[in-house]
Amino acid sequence: MSHTHSVTLRAILRHLLLIAGAALMLAPFIWMISTASKPQTEIFSSELHLIPHQFALWDNLREAFAKANLLRFLLNGVIVTVSIFVLQVMVALPAAYALAKLRFLGRETLFALVLFGILIPPQATAIPVFLLLHKVGLLDSYAALVLPFTISVFGIFLMRQFFKTVPDDLVDAARMDGISEFGIVWRVMLPAAIPAVTAFGIFSVVAHWNDYFWPLIVLNSEQLRTPPLAVAHFRNNEAGTSYGPLMAAAMVIIAPLVIAFLFAQRRFIEGITLTGIK
Amino acid sequence: MAQIELSTIRKSFDGTDVLKGIDFRIEDGEFISLVGPSGCGKSTLLRIIAGLEPQNSGQVHIDGRPVDGIRPSARNLAMVFQSYALYPHLSTFDNIAVPLRMRRLSAIERLPLLGPLLPGRRAKERGIRADITAIAEQLDIAPLLRRKPGQLSGGQRQRVAVGRAMVREPLAFLFDEPLSNLDAKLRVHMRAELAELHRRLKATFVYVTHDQAEAMTMSSRIAVMMGGELIQVGTPAEIYNDPRDIRVAEFIGSPKINILPGRVRKDGGIDVLGSALRLACGATAGECRVGVRPERIDLGTGPFSGSVVHLENLGAEAFVHLAIEGAGLRLIARLADVRHLPAMGSPVAFGFASDAVQVFDPAGKRIPLRAEQSERVREPAHV
Repeated sequence: MSHTHSVTLRAILRHLLLIAGAALMLAPFIWMISTASKPQTEIFSSELHLIPHQFALWDNLREAFAKANLLRFLLNGVIVTVSIFVLQVMVALPAAYALAKLRFLGRETLFALVLFGILIPPQATAIPVFLLLHKVGLLDSYAALVLPFTISVFGIFLMRQFFKTVPDDLVDAARMDGISEFGIVWRVMLPAAIPAVTAFGIFSVVAHWNDYFWPLIVLNSEQLRTPPLAVAHFRNNEAGTSYGPLMAAAMVIIAPLVIAFLFAQRRFIEGITLTGIK
Repeated sequence: MAQIELSTIRKSFDGTDVLKGIDFRIEDGEFISLVGPSGCGKSTLLRIIAGLEPQNSGQVHIDGRPVDGIRPSARNLAMVFQSYALYPHLSTFDNIAVPLRMRRLSAIERLPLLGPLLPGRRAKERGIRADITAIAEQLDIAPLLRRKPGQLSGGQRQRVAVGRAMVREPLAFLFDEPLSNLDAKLRVHMRAELAELHRRLKATFVYVTHDQAEAMTMSSRIAVMMGGELIQVGTPAEIYNDPRDIRVAEFIGSPKINILPGRVRKDGGIDVLGSALRLACGATAGECRVGVRPERIDLGTGPFSGSVVHLENLGAEAFVHLAIEGAGLRLIARLADVRHLPAMGSPVAFGFASDAVQVFDPAGKRIPLRAEQSERVREPAHV
């Protein structure tokens, strides 16, 4: 009796703690939705309320789309994130295959360097990369947004760990069947590694869709802006920040990710548990 | 369809010698088993033949043609792996089609989307389909062609793997412990199927296994490997009845051969467990080891005695485990008649015919014998 009682008490405590954590995480989003639904006057009023007295979401959205070319920015986001991901896969898979399945001198050293690469924050290399792009004359272009991220050491590491679990016999069978080494990567390893590629894809797309730092540095032209920059555009207005449309625009740009996550939720969790990365 | 010749193949991994100079010739159409305990180098040797592993020195000739440095696929051998190694994302049909597509279609024709549109691809695909259907009929896997490997049982996967090997009509088949992932019953069944397949195809089979029963039941010749060396090559009967090394004698045969401590006297006679055998050899006097197969031990009569410590009744036959007092020895005798089993713990007399005896010197080499008289072992010399 007392045992089950204490268990339920602990369960309640546990859930309360989790709810508190969830509330803390969700608060900014709820605040965003709330602000996006308020007219300007209510946003600046001193009283604190979540539910707007006057529902102004549609007006704010209309204003957001009118003030900035949001669709263009969303398209930019898609072009940049998809290009980055495709190029990352094209580099990471052969590299991971070599590190996992081929025997050559210096393989372990090379892999240690890859691990070392994970430790370097992108900000540390930002200035050299910026100067490089400047010298090559690629600043303020899609290439500037995509090229620095084509080699993902994290991707190489993740795929290498996954490829380690693919049996050697499968690779040998492919060699006996006459498939070339590159053929093995695309025809044998890639299909076997779809869950890992999906997991990596989610990490990559989320990171680059939300990236604010790098596009801010390399871009000048308005038509190349990525979604996070587009939101910032509302803040930089000299006439004062228009928070309603800003929050509405923020909602629009996170929507694709949220929808994609809801669709791929199971895959996402599978992918992460599968690779053992928390 | 091909003869494989290995000359002084050496291989080492990180300074350890795995193969220490293998000289060996596999005849055309032969079913040869490479057998030995794990780590003896048999799989490495097979992978060297296949071209998956380069040797440190020595040559491999297939059909008289040196193949060193030639890609595995260009050697035109097929391999069946222990884990079957089927492509998990492809159906049975596509799995079997891979070697044919790789060989018959050009790189452009293999491209996804674009490939199927090219002229000539259709006709080639039709040829591939016909070949696969024929193979599937032979192996009884026609109903499985559309399934993925994950939906097949172990035995079915095994057959698909054999089909993928057969379809390219290779010069020789290489098998790397293909039955060890199957359950015992299926293994016995597949043993018969593989032997039958060999008779039908009349192709060269090289079969690696650590299971002496597989080697004994299927092969035309067995090559026993230990510690990176080829110890003995011969027909199953030769290997079983006439082992040249105690390691071969101990490895082949189940239950294991009984090894008794013996002594070679100065006159060449041999004593075992205090009794003299009616045998003589030319070896120098000293310690020796005497091997007797379980089925050659006669229970009930003989100069020796032991007590029954364990009985294994398999229905058709029984194995009696005897402990020999004073010697701290155990041996196993096979009883063909299970209706008259000795009682547990009871003392049993036993003996063996002198032609059942294999004598090995302390280094493990076989000592040739000359029989004085082919009679029973003499009564104990001193009682």
